[in-house]
Amino acid sequence: MLSIKNLTASINGTPVLKGIDLEIKAGEIHAIMGPNGSGKSTLGKVLAGHPAYEVTGGEVLFEGQNLFEMDADARARAGLFMGFQHPIEVPGVSNASFLRLAYNKKAEAEGRDELDPLEFDDFIREKIKLVSMREEFLDRSLNEGFSGGEKKRNEILQMAVLEPKLAILDELDSGLDIDALRVLGDAVNKLQRADRALLIITHFPRILETIQPQFVHVLSGGRILKSSGKELAVELEERGYDWVLEEAAAGGAR
Amino acid sequence: MEGSGGRMSTTFNVVTSQEYKYGFVTDIEADSVAPGLNEDVIRFISAKKGEPDWLLEFRLKAYRHWLTMAEPDWAKVDYPKPDFQKIVYYSAPKAKAPKYASMDEVDPELRRTFEKLGVPINEQAALAGVAVDVVFDSVSVTTTYKEKLKEVGIIFCSFSEAVKEHPELVKKYLGSVVPSADNFYAALNSAVFTDGSFVFIPKGVACPMDLSTYFRINNKESGQFERTLIVAEEGATVSYLEGCTAPQFDTNQLHAAVVELVALDNAFIKYSTVQNWYAGDKNGVGGIFNFVTKRGLCKGKSSHISWTQVETGSAITWKYPSCVLLGDDSIGEFFSVALTNHKQQADTGTKMVHIGRNTKSTIISKGISAGDSSNSYRGLVKVQPKAEGARNFSQCDSMLIGQSCSASTFPYIEVQNRSAKVEHEATTSKIGEEQLFYFQQRGIPAEEAISMIINGFCKDVFRELPMEFAVEATKLLSLKLEGSVG
Repeated sequence: MLSIKNLTASINGTPVLKGIDLEIKAGEIHAIMGPNGSGKSTLGKVLAGHPAYEVTGGEVLFEGQNLFEMDADARARAGLFMGFQHPIEVPGVSNASFLRLAYNKKAEAEGRDELDPLEFDDFIREKIKLVSMREEFLDRSLNEGFSGGEKKRNEILQMAVLEPKLAILDELDSGLDIDALRVLGDAVNKLQRADRALLIITHFPRILETIQPQFVHVLSGGRILKSSGKELAVELEERGYDWVLEEAAAGGAR
Repeated sequence: MEGSGGRMSTTFNVVTSQEYKYGFVTDIEADSVAPGLNEDVIRFISAKKGEPDWLLEFRLKAYRHWLTMAEPDWAKVDYPKPDFQKIVYYSAPKAKAPKYASMDEVDPELRRTFEKLGVPINEQAALAGVAVDVVFDSVSVTTTYKEKLKEVGIIFCSFSEAVKEHPELVKKYLGSVVPSADNFYAALNSAVFTDGSFVFIPKGVACPMDLSTYFRINNKESGQFERTLIVAEEGATVSYLEGCTAPQFDTNQLHAAVVELVALDNAFIKYSTVQNWYAGDKNGVGGIFNFVTKRGLCKGKSSHISWTQVETGSAITWKYPSCVLLGDDSIGEFFSVALTNHKQQADTGTKMVHIGRNTKSTIISKGISAGDSSNSYRGLVKVQPKAEGARNFSQCDSMLIGQSCSASTFPYIEVQNRSAKVEHEATTSKIGEEQLFYFQQRGIPAEEAISMIINGFCKDVFRELPMEFAVEATKLLSLKLEGSVG
């Protein structure tokens, strides 16, 4: 589904990704972990097409298409979703109308019927149950005045509305209490299917107890230092990141 | 490889190339006076309109005072001062009759002009429930639904007609809100105004339909100096809409209007404007200088005047629709969206002068700047000593699109009564990369994202507009910003 080959990227001329290789197939769940400032959020943003980053080398194919030939909105309509670590607030734009526009843009791109406000109302009232969100949040302005947890619920609600092929979830667990984390983790699991894939970006292994990856990668200094199965997450929980960095410095781990 | 990077940084630099769709000129024979201004020109205008002596005197007095005044320079706008001797002060489409009884008699060329502009001048085809007065350069060419309104005692006609048919009303109220010596441009207007609309709603009558005036500047050298006077007697209510466009010229045209509103006891006047004068091209060549004085007098107890404006056009906008809250318990409101793009400059806002007891005012101003434009809110809230219990709430929000535009807020607050409560809130936000990226990441293209963000930003003002105006305003803002993202 996603094939990243020797990807390099920089921001304001400073290299932040220094040669990333990663293969994600349908049905797989991958976790990217790493210390703060390792470049893991950057990877998500580069894939989603954030304007601040410049791709300086390498290739990324998404469902066989060159990702970098598509605008950010086209990537989204093609099925690439990113759950933001810090979703932005947009005053005056109702959450429901934003969700409906996003839904209809994708429906239009896929040749499906668009939903009018009444049809969408029925549709979205079902969807919010998945993330245990109160209906009043639909009528409020997009993310405006939402708590950290409410914003994250809203991100996963959007994921549920758009049903992406590949969802990149950036620090989903930040700002969430244990209960909310479980609710959203369960929701993400329900949305995962054999023809979809997940890329979980996280600093803490905690979330990986709910959303269990088959593959765990440690990213630091703009490179993937170590890739392994889900047992790596447990090891990181116990030992922290330093030993991976040291191993890499010694040239031991690839 | 290029792709994600680079693409969006150009996002904000590509400024709109959206053509102004009302920029055409109507080829019609005009009856004009030679450019220049002196007492003879004023006498000519007055004679052309067959005015009574008192009105000529009003004009001459204003003119003589104007000669002693200097053009104001306190606004945050920068433009070449107009040469008042190069302006044509009277230009009218030549016609068989001075005024058309119905649209069928109107010159076909002129009729086509308004059809092209989408102005409902044909009553059969008109928007249900809107009566229209159409002003072309210096004269009103037609007024629809006049007879129907007459049945309930409402007078809706051109200003010239009102002078002829209701001189006592005009004499009573003309200059009673904006005195002829009020300011430089109001004085100029008082001297040379040519036409405009007159509305009189008698006691206890709720106007059954929205009234509307459509202003069109066609002549290249002509200035437009219209005068609007709306009087709502005790308990009367009216909703009035004003729209404007002008052809695209590479020279600047001057628009210096005066609008006076008078609300007696328990009367309500709602005045809405969607201003789309030609703004000049993207390099700032041409466009209308819009120097307008609009003021409402809440004369009676519990009277209520509400201004709503959507300002999108003009090269320079200098405009402060205001309320003088004289009657006890009277209410003044100002809801404004001002959008500037390219080299446009706007200095707009309001004045709320609290004189009576328990008077209330609300100011909601939304400024949007894109391109290299400059957008300023300037507002005065004044509470006079006797305005016991006066209240004001002001909210001024600015939004910036791109890197080279500017937004300023100049609130002036003068409170001379200790029981008054005055609140002011101001915010500045930016449609930044992060907001746009968020929308795009959900599959929404940048143009639609901007439009949605802007409409959200303006929501508090748009909901004050009459339905069809709100739809038009929403479209207009999107159109004006088209191409401002790449």
